[in-house]
Amino acid sequence: MIAEDISLSPAPRYRPSLSLKTKLRAYFGSPINSIITVGCILVIAWALRHVISWLFVDAVFVGTPAICQQESGACWPFLVAKIRFMLFGFYPFEEQWRPLLALLLFFGTCGTAMVPVFWGRHLLFGGLAACVIIFWLMLGGFAGLAYVPTSKWGGLPLSFMLSAVGLVCAFPLGVLLALARASELPAIRVLAVVFIELVRGVPLISVLFMASVMLPLFLPSGFNIDNLLRAQVAIILFAAAYIAEVVRGGLQALPKGQAEAASAMGLHYWQTMRLIVLPQALKIVIPPLVSLFIGFFQDTTLVTIVGLLDFLDTVRAAMRDPQWQGIAVLEGYVFAAVVYLIFSATMGAYSRYLERRFRVGHD
Amino acid sequence: MRVALTPFRLNFRDNRTRGILYQCLCVAGVAAGGFYLFSNVSQNLARQSIATGFSYLWREAGFVISQSPIDYQPSDSYAKALLVGILNTIRVSILASVLATIVGTLVGIGRLSSNPLLARLMLLYVEALRNVPLLLLLFLCYAVIVTILPPVRDAFQLLPFVFLSNSGLAVPSLEWSSDHTIIAAALVAGLGLAFLHARHLRRRRIESGADQSARPLVGALAIVPPALVWLVLRPELNLSLPELGRFRLAGGAHLTPEFVALLVGLALSASANVAEIVRSGILSIRKGQREAAAALGLRPSHIMRLVVLPQALRVIIPPMTSAYLNVFKNSSLAIAIGYPDVVMVSNTTMNQTGQAIEPIALFMLVYLSLSIAISLFMNWYNARVALRER
Repeated sequence: MIAEDISLSPAPRYRPSLSLKTKLRAYFGSPINSIITVGCILVIAWALRHVISWLFVDAVFVGTPAICQQESGACWPFLVAKIRFMLFGFYPFEEQWRPLLALLLFFGTCGTAMVPVFWGRHLLFGGLAACVIIFWLMLGGFAGLAYVPTSKWGGLPLSFMLSAVGLVCAFPLGVLLALARASELPAIRVLAVVFIELVRGVPLISVLFMASVMLPLFLPSGFNIDNLLRAQVAIILFAAAYIAEVVRGGLQALPKGQAEAASAMGLHYWQTMRLIVLPQALKIVIPPLVSLFIGFFQDTTLVTIVGLLDFLDTVRAAMRDPQWQGIAVLEGYVFAAVVYLIFSATMGAYSRYLERRFRVGHD
Repeated sequence: MRVALTPFRLNFRDNRTRGILYQCLCVAGVAAGGFYLFSNVSQNLARQSIATGFSYLWREAGFVISQSPIDYQPSDSYAKALLVGILNTIRVSILASVLATIVGTLVGIGRLSSNPLLARLMLLYVEALRNVPLLLLLFLCYAVIVTILPPVRDAFQLLPFVFLSNSGLAVPSLEWSSDHTIIAAALVAGLGLAFLHARHLRRRRIESGADQSARPLVGALAIVPPALVWLVLRPELNLSLPELGRFRLAGGAHLTPEFVALLVGLALSASANVAEIVRSGILSIRKGQREAAAALGLRPSHIMRLVVLPQALRVIIPPMTSAYLNVFKNSSLAIAIGYPDVVMVSNTTMNQTGQAIEPIALFMLVYLSLSIAISLFMNWYNARVALRER
């Protein structure tokens, strides 16, 4: 307890005040170092010159596709004209305030969930409530909102939904799989190992293919499931196997005495796991889990290949618009890259923050 | 021990009984689920009159594959098309892994540079590549090659005889003859002999402490056999160099834009991971190790080879294995930009034959077996360099 309190307020870092000469020595200390510094400056200058001239100097800020075609720089009018399509896809134009609201609600919920102070039972219920509201906003059909079928969903909300729902559902499944793999019962262990290794040995795209092409064959005739749901099931199963491996690392890192002491106290298996083992094991693996989540957020782009309109696909569709075709190739991809970069980098920074926070007095 | 001696009775308060019961329930549940799915599949297939079985593999494929390491015609069978896909996957994965290892190692070392500017620049490289989805990177590479690069007649000349244009990369190629195969075999044999001799020398040195005075022999063993064969056979060196014509590049080997985009995208994204792995590997070696080696009088090259590298490799190899496995699995994104890898060939097969289960099962099997092969090899290598504890 004491160690935790201390770790919450890190000691002020010792920062010796360096004279200019000492600072310069890091850059020009030796001949080789000077060459490296000059080389780096040249590279940065070259890159900056091109980026600035593309983004601003040669760019078109207002105008038509024809003007964009003449200039070599970025075509900002493309972004202005297509931003709503890129963000929301084919969602009915008049109703697009709904996905926007859902997106904002999603960000709000995630932002709250990222603050450790709010962690607890209330957050779980709040998250569930937010989930229900988001689905109501997106799908509609009752309480005054018009019904919008999932085939019309697209863009950024779809990307976030696929990854968020995927991870939320995959997490308990992954924990169960990890427990099964660490189980003392051989049959259960073998089943878990086979599932985990099978899924981890094949690429995500093959699982997506399987879901979109083979799942209808696996279900009884007349029972048809939505295209979006198929991809979602594939992502859940795929993510569960990877989460299971990460959680297994946490289970292995825990001293065996913990579980033994718990059973000596008379707790049965599920009590031991729920009260003693999992809280400690999951705490260890939070940073790698967040990196895994970043990876899965990026991997949801693969659903384009099975024909879902995620954010990357709506961007590509906007670029294929006959009016803009061949004009805004770089613009579209760079915009998509920046969006993904912002969200992934935020999660990465958060993961590093958690890593610092959970480093409790071991080193 | 007591538990094992008591005769088995059906007692649900006994953990052992309950364990067996749970396992039976679990296996029965999985079996029932499997049977249910299987019966659904067979019913659905019969109802939609979809053919089953792998007999389609021997029928004529009839589609063109734009790039193939072996001779392939549309009149060949589906099995051969699949083989071409597998070879394409392996080729791009190996090349991307090699490129990623080289670039990633340099970037990883650069991140540890004492020069803050270089370290920050390399950090920027790693972060930018790790935070952009690979698929987007592939699309971007492909778009840059196809739409931004100049047409063939004003192709960029990257190196002498290496041309980059919107129709891909042109590189010099060697017209391979049987003479070359013999020389390559001689080279392999020479390297094998040199390796054996070096091992023998090392063993003798460890046993007797005698210095390796016969070291030049190692080099000679490696070089002399292929050189002798070369002199005897005197093969014609038919190096085909690409040359810039008026409208097209003549000669040389031509790599399609799809291949180049996939190779560059895969290598870039993997190099960021490799850089992080190498960096953490080097950081894991404590400074004292280097200093102690230097105090013992080892030369810098020996410090690196005998002290730092063996310890760093131990940390580096397990994550490297998964990095290589990722490159291999990520190469399946080839289908998005149209490189004919095993997934794309299977997809075409699926569309043409109407059979979905068999092609998907086949390419999953290919990925699984190759993944297992890669991990077995890397585990073997890892066991060789791992710390031998008593």
